[in-house]
Amino acid sequence: MDDKELKRIRIAKRVAKEFIDGSVVNLGIGLPTLVANYIPEDRSILFHSENGFIGLGPEPEKGKEDPNIVNAGGKPVTIVKGGCFFDSAMSFAIIRGGHLDYTVLGALEVDEQGNLANYMIPGKMVPGMGGAMDLVAGAKTVIIAMEHTNKNGSPKILERCKLPLTAKEEVDIIITELAFIRVTKKGLVLEEIADDTTVDEVVKNTGARLIIEGNIRKFL
Amino acid sequence: MKKIITQDESVKKIKDGSTIMIGGFMVSGHPFLLVEELLKKNVKNLTLISNDAGFPDKGIGKLIVNNQVSKLIASHIGLNPVAGEKMNSGDMQVELVPQGTLAERIRAKGAGLGGILTPTGVGTDVQNGKEIKRINEKDYLLELPLGADFALIKATVVDKNGNCFVAKSAKNFNIVMAMAADCVIVEAEKIVDIGELDPDMVNIPGIFVSEIVKQ
Repeated sequence: MDDKELKRIRIAKRVAKEFIDGSVVNLGIGLPTLVANYIPEDRSILFHSENGFIGLGPEPEKGKEDPNIVNAGGKPVTIVKGGCFFDSAMSFAIIRGGHLDYTVLGALEVDEQGNLANYMIPGKMVPGMGGAMDLVAGAKTVIIAMEHTNKNGSPKILERCKLPLTAKEEVDIIITELAFIRVTKKGLVLEEIADDTTVDEVVKNTGARLIIEGNIRKFL
Repeated sequence: MKKIITQDESVKKIKDGSTIMIGGFMVSGHPFLLVEELLKKNVKNLTLISNDAGFPDKGIGKLIVNNQVSKLIASHIGLNPVAGEKMNSGDMQVELVPQGTLAERIRAKGAGLGGILTPTGVGTDVQNGKEIKRINEKDYLLELPLGADFALIKATVVDKNGNCFVAKSAKNFNIVMAMAADCVIVEAEKIVDIGELDPDMVNIPGIFVSEIVKQ
């Protein structure tokens, strides 16, 4: 497994530990989708799929795909026992109405006010926001799961986002391969660092001020 | 009893310049046959309202590739690069709408509401040009109803009164779109006699449906 994949798995594992038993969770496409593979066994989590169901299960066996059961990326998935289907208006009522405990999304940039940019790069990538703006505005807890820096090694955690925002002041937690950071009214609080890094390393790779106080825990 | 029509007849009434809602989430719950008929008929200058832009070679995306769409209202176009190119070149006007806002604007039209207030998009570019209402110390955007001349939707089982059962995650936008267009054409996987569809299983009341086409 290459370095990048190991980083992604580490992020997914740390995110997975964050959910309280019995939560309803929406996972974004890409890295966040990996989180489902690492839910601790003592927790029962229901996954919401924005295209219209609760109880999103793993990929079907080959040959057992059902064109009427797909995830938000259009890929065949399954529904777990006890799940339920609904239409788009109900799905987004669940999202916007505060009935989702967590949403996990990737980011291009996130800043110390909890602003998030993850849906477009003007002139380059303009795919549309899909359900992201609703998810970030509506979920009780917004977790950003992303690599700490971009492919050029520049920080993605900034004082202010430069790209167009997906939502304003909605991010609660940022989890990267280096750190667990909580967004608070006072700013970004560094709560945990990865086992193989240092506080200095995290600070060096972060483009915003980190509040460092008390005991910084470690995660694997 | 509703009119059951053939595939050839299905899109006859749709003319150049029509506004059309098309159900589906990418390929799930998408009325493929009705879209194929639109391609054959080659009507132009359409305004399409849909969750997404499909794929260049599948479903609604083919209408875009075939230069039949002058305006697209959707939440996501990322899986159809041709839609992105046409947006950037100005060949097609694109209005990107957050997915929940799109569903609720369509529902508002069908439900006779003058608009909806949503927190989605506050503080982003989506807010531009829109009225902001502050209610109980929280900001909301006023989003206006969205209707169409035609809705092309897909259902799993349809009875001859037009009552529809839409299975699993194929429901998506098909349910709200059935309420919000002047003429609603449903592509049925299966058509059954009146009395054969359990009223408890109906997701779309037949009163919304204008015409039924057998898949």
